[in-house]
Amino acid sequence: MKEKIRVGFEGDFQFKEIEIAAGDPAPWDPSQKFSVLGGRVPRLDGKVKATGEAKYPSDVRLPGMLYARILRCPYAAATVKSIDLVPGRTSPGVKAALALAEPGEKMRFAGQEVAAVAADTPERADDAIRAIKVVYEPRPFVVGIDAAKKPDAPLVFEGKAETKSSAGEVESRAKSLPRNGNVLGPRSTVRGNVEDGFRKADKVVETTYTTQVQTHTALETHGLMAHWEGDELTVYASTQGIFIMRDELAESLKIPVAKVRVLTEYMGGGFGAKFGPRVEGVAAARLAKMAGAPVRLFLERKEEQTATGNRPSSVQTIKLGATKDGKLTAMQLTVYGTGGTNGGTGTSGPIKNVYACENLKVEEYDVFTNAGPSTAMRAPGHPQGAFALEAAMDELALALGMDPLELRLKNDPSAVRREQFRVGAEKIGWKDRDARRKTNDPEVFRGVGFGAAVWYNTGDTGPRATVHIHRDGSTEVEHGGQDLGTGARTMIAIVAAEELGVPLENVSVSMGDTRLPFGPDSGGSAMTPSTAPTIRRAAYQAKLGLAKAIAREWKVAPESVSVANGRVKGKGDSKLDVSWAEACKLLPSQGVSATAERADNHEDAWKRFTTGAQFAEVLVDTATGKVKVERVVAIHDCGVPINVLTTESQIQGGVLQGVSYALYEDRVLDRGSGRMLNPNVEQYKIAGALDCPQIDVTLVSVWDGINNTNSVGIGEPSTVPTAAAIGNAVSHALGARITKIPITPEVVFAAIQSGPGGRS
Amino acid sequence: MSDDELKSGFTRRDLVRGTLVGAIAVGAGTKVVAAETGAIGPGPVPLELKINGTVQKLSVEPRVTLVSALRDRLGMTGTKSVCGRGACGSCTVLIDGKAVCSCLTLAHEVGGREITTIEGLAADGRLSAVQQAFIEADALQCGYCTSGMIMSCKVLLDSNPKPNRDQIRAAVAGNLCRCGTYPHVFDAMERVSGVRTAESAPEGPDPRRLPADRDAFRDDPRVAAAILEVLADEEGLA
Repeated sequence: MKEKIRVGFEGDFQFKEIEIAAGDPAPWDPSQKFSVLGGRVPRLDGKVKATGEAKYPSDVRLPGMLYARILRCPYAAATVKSIDLVPGRTSPGVKAALALAEPGEKMRFAGQEVAAVAADTPERADDAIRAIKVVYEPRPFVVGIDAAKKPDAPLVFEGKAETKSSAGEVESRAKSLPRNGNVLGPRSTVRGNVEDGFRKADKVVETTYTTQVQTHTALETHGLMAHWEGDELTVYASTQGIFIMRDELAESLKIPVAKVRVLTEYMGGGFGAKFGPRVEGVAAARLAKMAGAPVRLFLERKEEQTATGNRPSSVQTIKLGATKDGKLTAMQLTVYGTGGTNGGTGTSGPIKNVYACENLKVEEYDVFTNAGPSTAMRAPGHPQGAFALEAAMDELALALGMDPLELRLKNDPSAVRREQFRVGAEKIGWKDRDARRKTNDPEVFRGVGFGAAVWYNTGDTGPRATVHIHRDGSTEVEHGGQDLGTGARTMIAIVAAEELGVPLENVSVSMGDTRLPFGPDSGGSAMTPSTAPTIRRAAYQAKLGLAKAIAREWKVAPESVSVANGRVKGKGDSKLDVSWAEACKLLPSQGVSATAERADNHEDAWKRFTTGAQFAEVLVDTATGKVKVERVVAIHDCGVPINVLTTESQIQGGVLQGVSYALYEDRVLDRGSGRMLNPNVEQYKIAGALDCPQIDVTLVSVWDGINNTNSVGIGEPSTVPTAAAIGNAVSHALGARITKIPITPEVVFAAIQSGPGGRS
Repeated sequence: MSDDELKSGFTRRDLVRGTLVGAIAVGAGTKVVAAETGAIGPGPVPLELKINGTVQKLSVEPRVTLVSALRDRLGMTGTKSVCGRGACGSCTVLIDGKAVCSCLTLAHEVGGREITTIEGLAADGRLSAVQQAFIEADALQCGYCTSGMIMSCKVLLDSNPKPNRDQIRAAVAGNLCRCGTYPHVFDAMERVSGVRTAESAPEGPDPRRLPADRDAFRDDPRVAAAILEVLADEEGLA
């Protein structure tokens, strides 16, 4: 059915004709008055989290359970000559032991899995791991990206590049890329002709920017509890995707998917690293089978930091050209990144998708090193890409003698983001930033900078949900997806309550169980735009079912019965007007249920960019080199926000991870041994309460009409531009360009020494 | 191996390897004690822990940490274990009213002392003010740091019922949160301390507000109707 809907944002709406699938409600109109949606709703699981009652997967304890541990390779590169499990298997309290590598197998990073044991206490499992005898033949290795690029560097992969199980996505796609030693690539993107573009430019800037390896550092480590009953496996997993977990476990264990059940009621953070069972998950299931007892295998912190994934490093050379009136004529990016034994290190998202330029050339290379494999991390490629792009844009503005904000406004094709830039500039006090550079302390300077966010409406088909309306008026939503801490459970309840027209307390939500209707992964900021429209559709259909049932009771046509705002009314007869509860009493004993599958997007959602702008104000002490982020103004498009309170929380979190990435975090590998030197949280620094700036969040609602709730995800865009904004703010404070993160005192001093002093 | 060693089930060498703990730890019921050194273990040794006012009996090796005793032996999993080395604060519990990292504390060190965990904060099922404020201010996301964060906040409030923001920051400086809940933790604590009430808390912008440029949409009857409703709301006419 074709329908005209309104799309756009405050101040800029247009009508648009879309095709609406049968059984799907039309997207909410901007004039819609919501009763609960769009408010500030405390999350439904807040109480169990604040009291310690919430049972996370790592909290599950079963009778007779065992504790498992993994033995890891201490060498950055080695060949396993032999593994003697017997001393481990016969160690006190041990019930099962398992080799995870074979003699002759090549180990490619320090921390790779070699063996696992399960014992009756955690301490005895530790003892057993130490007892296992492994003989290794160490091989030459390389951990630095520059060293790995050299022609005579030790090869991380002699043959085809391979990684273990679900560590991430190495090039398995159709087209194979050229390989030269440890260097894979380039993946190329070309639009127009950059040579022509640079010839037309009045100013050209070119600089190389570097970013570090960041680890996810979720507080709950990877792991699961595996429990067999006969040939059926139940696992309690800390995962962002219970259905992937189920399918991959079944595949690895060669058992039917129908025999595996995965439960994730709560989980302690993922940030992109927790998909699939990985080596440890499969090991736990196998140990449990061998021991005939439930096995709990959760990693120790040092394993988590070393082996479970990371955001790759990057060395990005960006060249930009523009005419003297500030129109971009060419953009070029060449990037080398290392994701250890994994690829996928590209950073081109921002340069391709933020500013408009007809001439673009991108070449992305993966450099393999003997280090833990990268995996998806909150907006893969984007924070690093944004850091380099926005620094280069500021440099270009400087070369042109133009206000950096004006340069952005001239080249940003997104009306929403241009508005976000203006709002942010106003809030941070962009105009008088130079006047505020000096502080009372002659050695401390204030700086202001900003950056743009881009992400994508990643909502997709697949999810299903069931909504039940019971005779007592209570309602229930069943949806398999998991809540990794974003507030998904509350989002689901809000959408159902809004569509049904009942109070939030009326709705119970069951989720995080593969026995429930299929739910999406919590990744790619896809959960909300995938799930919310599914819930709304199921609720809409349940509501129609209620109307139909009541119409039968009232002996009127179903179309004449309306359900809204807690009342059920018959058209044209004022006596046919009862409360929700009274209407539900008229239902048959089975109540009303509807199961719906998410409708298709109304247009290609990936082309609908999710925008944002962040402005940072920093203080830089030129005597100590220390940077303090005082304030971040974050303006984000989050579609039509379903819960403003949790959306705000998530944006604050994205900003804080960005602050942490910009200033503190850095995985350090020892060149001598190849081992990680800071696999902990006291030397691998993440931002704490004392580092937390004031964060002002502004939401700009955008009705894109792509799904029936106009929803998009906010997890990823909220961390894309933070490091870029801080890098530009520090550069503004110093009058010298920061080209590297984390911005440690050393980086600040290097910038002061190299920078053109005449900038201030 | 001598008869004595056989009877006690461990060797002298094992005994020397056993963990040395203070006299307090070797509480009533502890049988496996080397008289000359005060060392106990290395096997399981009986222990009584007084947790949230209730005495819990268990038998654990001297090397078992308090957090493991709570989580792995007593099933009290509200207290989380994250870094295992006292750097993140997730395992914070109170010993005689003072915040300690239970991952750096041996269970046998605290026999007989008053241990308070997150499970002990809600008296008779009634949430403490700090717990209630955490929920209302959304000072928790994944929630894995929350138990420790709340315990640190409780310690601060016990000594200072009206902390300012700097004191709040300092109190939770040792509690790492990866989701980035700190701003809402500060909000929650300011609600408790009365600096900020739920009513006075600055609301985020209302993203539902209608276009600033209302005239642009007067032609659309639906918009015009909605604008009238909003205007009525704003003028208190609704």
